Amino acid sequence: MPSKASWGLKLATAAVILFLHFPVALIILYSMSEETGTFEFPPRSFTLRWFEVTWENESFRNALLLSLRVAGIATVMAIVLGTLAAAALYRSSFFGKDAVSLLIILPIALPGIVTGIALRSAMSLTEIDFSLWTIVVGHATFCIVTVYNNVIARFRRTSYSQIEASMDLGASSFQTFLYVVLPNIATALLAGAMLAFALSFDEIVVTTFTSASGDETLPIWILNKLTRPRDRPVTNVAAVFVIATTTIPILLAYRFTAGTSEE
Amino acid sequence: MNDQPAVAVRFRDVSRHFGDVKAVDHLNLDIYDKEFFSLLGPSGSGKTTSLRLIAGFEHPSEGVIELYGQNVTRLPPYERDVNTVFQDYALFPHMNIWQNIAYGLMVKKVPKKEREIRVADVLEMVRLKGLEKRKPSQLSGGQRQRVALARALVNHPHVLLLDEPLGALDLKLRQQMQIELKAIQQRVGITFIYVTHDQEEALTMSDRLAVFNHGKIEQVGTPSEVYENPATSFVASFVGISNILSGAAAEKITGSAQPFSIRPEKIRICPPDSTVSDDSCGINGTVRDVIYLGVNTRYLIEIGDGIDINVVQQNLEATSMDVLAARGRPVKLIWQKTHNRHVINEG
Amino acid sequence: MMATITRRPSITRRISTFFYHYPGLSLFLLLLPPLAWLLIVYIGSLAALLVQSFYTIDPMSMLVKEEFTLSTYEELFTAANIDVIKRTVYLAAAVTVGCAVLAFPLAYYMARYANRRIKGLLYLAVMLPLWSSYLVRVYAWRLILVKEGVINSVFEQLGLGSVVEWVIDRPYIGGTGTSLASTYLGMFLVFVYIWLPYMILPIHAALERVPKSLIDASSDLGARPGYTFRRVIFPLAFPGVVAGSIFTFSLTLGDYIVARVIGNSVFYIGPAVSSNLSFNIPLSAAFTVVSVVIMVIYLLIARRLGAFDAL
Repeated sequence: MPSKASWGLKLATAAVILFLHFPVALIILYSMSEETGTFEFPPRSFTLRWFEVTWENESFRNALLLSLRVAGIATVMAIVLGTLAAAALYRSSFFGKDAVSLLIILPIALPGIVTGIALRSAMSLTEIDFSLWTIVVGHATFCIVTVYNNVIARFRRTSYSQIEASMDLGASSFQTFLYVVLPNIATALLAGAMLAFALSFDEIVVTTFTSASGDETLPIWILNKLTRPRDRPVTNVAAVFVIATTTIPILLAYRFTAGTSEE
Repeated sequence: MNDQPAVAVRFRDVSRHFGDVKAVDHLNLDIYDKEFFSLLGPSGSGKTTSLRLIAGFEHPSEGVIELYGQNVTRLPPYERDVNTVFQDYALFPHMNIWQNIAYGLMVKKVPKKEREIRVADVLEMVRLKGLEKRKPSQLSGGQRQRVALARALVNHPHVLLLDEPLGALDLKLRQQMQIELKAIQQRVGITFIYVTHDQEEALTMSDRLAVFNHGKIEQVGTPSEVYENPATSFVASFVGISNILSGAAAEKITGSAQPFSIRPEKIRICPPDSTVSDDSCGINGTVRDVIYLGVNTRYLIEIGDGIDINVVQQNLEATSMDVLAARGRPVKLIWQKTHNRHVINEG
Repeated sequence: MMATITRRPSITRRISTFFYHYPGLSLFLLLLPPLAWLLIVYIGSLAALLVQSFYTIDPMSMLVKEEFTLSTYEELFTAANIDVIKRTVYLAAAVTVGCAVLAFPLAYYMARYANRRIKGLLYLAVMLPLWSSYLVRVYAWRLILVKEGVINSVFEQLGLGSVVEWVIDRPYIGGTGTSLASTYLGMFLVFVYIWLPYMILPIHAALERVPKSLIDASSDLGARPGYTFRRVIFPLAFPGVVAGSIFTFSLTLGDYIVARVIGNSVFYIGPAVSSNLSFNIPLSAAFTVVSVVIMVIYLLIARRLGAFDAL
């Protein structure tokens, strides 16, 4: 007998969902507000002027570009390392396998500040200078797990007899990988990559410890503008950029993985 | 010319261990060219591992495997001239039926023209014409099974390995496919090696079969040899139903304690005072239970010391009322001595 | 039919066969790049962190003196710093409870009542904030909480401005500043908001695993819904709560952005770490080591409570 949810429960659910999304909606709302000083609610008049102003700001464009480059490179590295790890771990059993899978998850399980400080300590001890690559190294480290998780989940859902069948029909390991394994994991790989990209694009904690003061990723650019009320309209628009650049890949990732789990 | 047909697959003292478990234990077996050979046994008896050893998915811990005289022990699956029909079919979900079937030809770089002809040929043979563009998920279980078969046969392997291919189908479809598989085997004229736990399936389809138990072969022979002359008590009880009598019970019937088996359908139920001729065995008992099975009836007759003998009789004229009334009656069981089979008792 | 096919294997085939015969080697080669990366970059860095925490700053030159000493830890465990650690732990605990209270109804509705379509939408609504725009979502609360922000604006329009001031003046939840952004309550709200999805998903997963028949059995045995919830559903979902709390607790413990964007000018572990960074790396490292130790203790407790099975 299917029982109905009580009104109280429905209301609580709706309230929590509202709580989760209302603040972000506010940013989008105020990015189009004429007012610059206060956040009167609801705003009186709207404009798209701030988008133009922000786009013409050179430091914003540089920050956006840097964020895209970092996220792009970190994602590619995460794809390679995460897929290799998933392929190695999903069917083998060896001493220390649990330790290896823990090691992959650890960078995202421990708060960013630990990873950040640790990388900074290592850089200080080894006298490595800040660069684009020090940011990328940090990001790639915690992005591996998103690709790994997605790909290994798909591997586990794929019957191993498909791989045996391919070799049975005369395909070498390389052909089997190309014609059977890769098409099978493609959407999971893409989903993992999308999540890695989103994760890297708006990462701020690790980045503050591994970037030179002149290298501003978009989140750092926003952080530096936060305390300046004069820059609020531009900050709001930049925030909308971050929301869009991270939300779209996540929605795509959801589509890629939701479609296959229904079959 | 030699009378003896060529040996397609030869196991020479092959063992396969998984840790402490001996999945296959010192196996010696010859399977001949063009025969339909079944590996029969309960789950975990080593039959599937043996098949996977031929395919190359497993490699022996010890021993040698030969295919047509060539030592293939260490060859990977893609270098062996055998193909497999998998239990779960293992069709590639991202390819359509045509691509699935053409896969083996594609990876071996068979020219496109020839590929098309060969795929069309096997599609016809398994009666799947017109479904080329479908995806495996759009087919029924029986159709998927045919695709799996076609995908293997299109490569013209010397040996086709079938791993319980009919296990997932319902009874009607299974019986139909049994007939079809046998017909296809005779038509393409290649060796079929067929793994099953279903003794009826093995008996009806095979030219010869091997009965597996605990990683070893208990008996190899034609279906009638294995059924009529089971070598061990395990074979006697696994292939069909048998009464296996040993010790005091055997002595009471035959005068010797040596274990023997007797098929339930060979035994007649007679009145308790019937006389037993010299060429027959006889023993008195009580009908403990009657199980009416429609076509025939199974009786459990207690012959003392808590030992039951299974008897199966056809319901020629009897109705269920008649046979069920037999419960509790004293009877005498009589059968010809020639039907007794001495067996090795595994204990 | 009997002709044996002899084809000369191509070079890729021969490589493939070589690796086929050495599965251990293939495994090793697959695992080598990710493992080497994580060991060198990540574990190496964590080791560097530990090493740094045993160095100290030379008071004359202000440079790091690279020799083993416990003096940085002595410096760390002064009354002021212990207060920082205690305050952070209390805040993390409060945030964890707050998240659990808010997460449970949503997770419960998702697991028990929502149909397939609604469940998918709710799942997406929880997933999106989990993965996206951490900084932006913190920043959004500035718009809400600051003096010229949304809450003040709305309350003043309603003529309730004094209510906000009253809240700011409360001990424990209030603060010293003039806006909600500088109150404990403000930080608490932002943390709950930021980490809530991390609590919802494990609770939902745990509730999904409670078989429907168990609930039917309980009501069949005469239990009223409230009783069933307290005695059957909640105990079975509790490992999910603990699993979620691992995230909410440790993420709050290690965060330093929220305090910087909202913050009430008192110190927490995160800001303490980052503010020491430029002139005293060893002290930052020691702070971090302490918070890792606290988290490890928390993880051990969580494992006791069965949280790892719920992950």
